[in-house]
Amino acid sequence: MASRMFPSRDDRIQPAEAPPVALTIDGQRVSGLRGQTIAGVLLASGRLSWRTTSAGATPRGVFCGIGVCFDCIVTVNGDRDVRACQRRADDGDVILTQYDDLPGHDDQPQHDELTRRDELPGAAS
Amino acid sequence: MTGVLVIGAGPAGLAAARAALRAGASVTLLDSSDQLGGQYWRHLPDSRAGVREDRLHHGWDRFRALQDELLEHPGCEVVPSAQVWAIERLDEGLVVHVHVGPPDGNRRPSRELTPDAIVIATGAYDRTLPFPGWDLPGVFSAGAAQALAKGERVAVGGRVVVAGAGPFLLPVAASLAQTGARVLGVYEASRPRALARGWLPRPWRLLGATSKFGELASYALSHVRHRIPYRVGHAVIAAHGTDRVEQVTVARLDARWAPIPGTERRIDADAVCVSHGFTPRIELAIAAGCDIRPDRFVRVDDRQHTSVPGVFAAGEITGIGGVDAALAEGAIAGHGAAGGGADDPAVRRDLARRATFTDFAARIEAAHGIRPGWTGWLRPDTLVCRCEEVPYGRLRETGRATCSTSLRSLKLSTRAGLGICQGRVCGRTVEDLLGRESPGGLLDGTSTDRRPIASPVRIGELAAAHGRHTSAATDAARHQHQ
Repeated sequence: MASRMFPSRDDRIQPAEAPPVALTIDGQRVSGLRGQTIAGVLLASGRLSWRTTSAGATPRGVFCGIGVCFDCIVTVNGDRDVRACQRRADDGDVILTQYDDLPGHDDQPQHDELTRRDELPGAAS
Repeated sequence: MTGVLVIGAGPAGLAAARAALRAGASVTLLDSSDQLGGQYWRHLPDSRAGVREDRLHHGWDRFRALQDELLEHPGCEVVPSAQVWAIERLDEGLVVHVHVGPPDGNRRPSRELTPDAIVIATGAYDRTLPFPGWDLPGVFSAGAAQALAKGERVAVGGRVVVAGAGPFLLPVAASLAQTGARVLGVYEASRPRALARGWLPRPWRLLGATSKFGELASYALSHVRHRIPYRVGHAVIAAHGTDRVEQVTVARLDARWAPIPGTERRIDADAVCVSHGFTPRIELAIAAGCDIRPDRFVRVDDRQHTSVPGVFAAGEITGIGGVDAALAEGAIAGHGAAGGGADDPAVRRDLARRATFTDFAARIEAAHGIRPGWTGWLRPDTLVCRCEEVPYGRLRETGRATCSTSLRSLKLSTRAGLGICQGRVCGRTVEDLLGRESPGGLLDGTSTDRRPIASPVRIGELAAAHGRHTSAATDAARHQHQ
């Protein structure tokens, strides 16, 4: 098991029933509840990581969870570098994961085109 | 009427806003979140409001009362989703630059505020020391686990280890357990002797803080109920896995926090939550020109007034003292910012409470403060700066090779602390590690806490603000010509 949402029926806090929201991440549909952050929706779906680092090309997701570390940044509806732990998910949000190649790698695609993990050099296709 | 600006709507900021209103000021209260309450009272959003939210919080009624009073008061403007990105010092006074809108949004409206007085109550965030594997997905700061549990009812893992130092580990473990995670253990780095040194002296001074004991006792009970083991003198010294955490290594520590060889033990876990204390968010105080103490908290006098006229500070940026200290300091600061006298009856109770609870900061430091031996768990390839991916070995070698004693120059040559988080996560660690490489320490007197641009701003937003200013200036110039 990994990250997950606590089922409301078991929750002593008794959260109100919230309407669903659906977003896509790199084209994949993920649903959550209104009021959740993008990071919360992704974690509740079992995803732990979405960004790829520039130097080591290693995966990153939430680290600080309160908007300090910027590890969880994603592109939201065309805006880059949005902290997923701070932005609440809107129904229909189009999320792209981010990978910014280091400058000077001219033989590789520009980073604007490289925002989807399946386009990473060396990624299984 | 005095116009008071309060930055930050956690316990200190809320108390400051209320005290300023009660003293007759008009108040503008800003917070970067779209909710009030700060990290301490972080809660489910209105769309999912919890019927029994009080079960997750201490002092929930106190929060509700504060929030209701501020929202209903005609003299109080509450501005949520407000990101202060700069404080400018002009001859006429301070100008506070704010963007209002979704976090990291685009084309957000901007505001420039010129209040009569400011209360800075920006709080603190976890300080997490690096360890091998801490950059793996599944390693979280303890605050992340807490925020996701309280704010979303999301558990960061199924089998979770909590580690680090300080009393904050206890509520984090309790929240995780109440969010359906199995907490495999809480590992406190400090050893019994240090804990005794911090918490046992002058026990009569703790008598006034009985609410604190109630809070701690409820966490202890929660630990017993959920059968969470609590080990002192232990640390998570490594996380293992290929693209996510699968195991952690726990080891015993000596009094200097160096791992004791031969005591390592591996534990299967899918998440680890780590906090070794707190870093105060002092960049706005620095931007305002406030004097910072050698221990890197904002210097205030007994009215919570900083070294800058009209600027007050309260809460964790003046010392890690917890919610009760923050509430008392906030009330004193807000009262002072509104022009109230230092010994008015309105703040007498808060002055007494502050005396009781600020004692906690020194105790926490004595009992749980970071000890220098922690570098014993670093390896040359352990990342120190997560953003720029600078490993410990390279940081140290570059420091030695350049023989520089300037933090600014070392940041440029190592790139540590230059990434998108602006050194918030690694800054103090980088200063610590580089300082050890240069005998006599780093000498240029700067610090990684200085961030004139306090949060990232999109070029388009800057250009829009610039366009507005220049058009105003052009209008003024044209007016003069006519």
